[in-house]
Amino acid sequence: MSFELMSNLVAVFFTMCIFSFLYKDNPFYQMAEQLLVGISLGYGLVFTYERVFIPYVYQPIVLKHNWVLIFPAILGMLYLFRFSRKLSWLSRYPIAFSMMAVGAGVPMGIHAGILVQMRQAMVPLETTNLVLIFLGTIAVLLYFFFSKAHTGVYGKFVNVGKWYMMIGFGASFGLTVMARISLLIGRIQFLVDVFGFIK
Amino acid sequence: MKKTIPLLIVIVGGFIWVLWAFSPHYYIQEDFYNKFYLPWSYASSPFAMLLGIMSLFMMHTAKIRRKAPKWQFSYFFFAGFVITSVAGFGWGTQKGGPLMWIFENTQMPMSATMFSLLAFYMASAAYKAFRARSPEATVLLVAAVVVMLAQVPIGVKMSKHLPAISQWILDVPNLASKRGIALGVGLGGVATSLKILLGIERSYLGGGD
Repeated sequence: MSFELMSNLVAVFFTMCIFSFLYKDNPFYQMAEQLLVGISLGYGLVFTYERVFIPYVYQPIVLKHNWVLIFPAILGMLYLFRFSRKLSWLSRYPIAFSMMAVGAGVPMGIHAGILVQMRQAMVPLETTNLVLIFLGTIAVLLYFFFSKAHTGVYGKFVNVGKWYMMIGFGASFGLTVMARISLLIGRIQFLVDVFGFIK
Repeated sequence: MKKTIPLLIVIVGGFIWVLWAFSPHYYIQEDFYNKFYLPWSYASSPFAMLLGIMSLFMMHTAKIRRKAPKWQFSYFFFAGFVITSVAGFGWGTQKGGPLMWIFENTQMPMSATMFSLLAFYMASAAYKAFRARSPEATVLLVAAVVVMLAQVPIGVKMSKHLPAISQWILDVPNLASKRGIALGVGLGGVATSLKILLGIERSYLGGGD
């Protein structure tokens, strides 16, 4: 048995373990599920060590003697006090340090989430499609405005927003299903190739 | 000390970040952002990973100790973690090494299969939506079916107009609904950021004193 075939058989075994869940929850699926979490975590640890810890903590402090970086390293270690009952408050310091960046979220959020969208929405209504997009955007926004009762003519207009959203959700659903189907085809193709049914 | 100082760090630091977004000044862009915040956040971030690992370790250890339902499978978690870590730390992360072999022949096929399983569950969700027989569910399903059929050869064979209709759905009603939702999300995000910045929202500090 060649090394490549053995590697493929290992992949086939784990693929079948996961697919076995389609029949019902079983020990093979449970085993593969836990193994997947463990392997992903181990992979994440190794890459965090190699790509983050070594270049941004170890090398600057130990090799370049940039001693100031000992402080953020200690700050990071305070995360681990989350598990202590008496000293868990210390973990608030690194959390607060990372939460500082929320300040940038205000102007950048206004720009990316609101201004850019509004600029794209406020174009000359030259075609029917542009009118439909404009009306749909307004209707969807008003659908989530609950300070005015959704009744009468206003309620009927707001209801249009719901129909727009249903079409949007349907389109997203269709695209997601197709993405999953293509993954499924890829896995089945892999199994077929390994077993040599085609070629 | 326990809550006030972290809160002050967020408020004062948050306003410096607001300044960073507006001011091109050297002190803000170079001294604060490049020389202080970036190296400090990189140097503190690996320990957050350690926190996650410790949390999972404690959860599985407690599960084994208490002999909770399906506790035996927690050993597979430890086995996967230890073997992958030893492979990575012992032989490096280069292609062709044990770590990448594990990644390519176990992690990647398992995660791809896990996601492909969702195709079956989404199909069953669509069936349930169809059974609901409400006009909204029907519109959702019709839009989904049109978009799906337009992407496969059989759809084009059924009607040559299907790709154009699908594209119109994506470009017009879908765009309008996504834009409306994006505006709502943007407004909500900014409001939440402001609440955190002004110290009104404090749930990220956790409970206790």
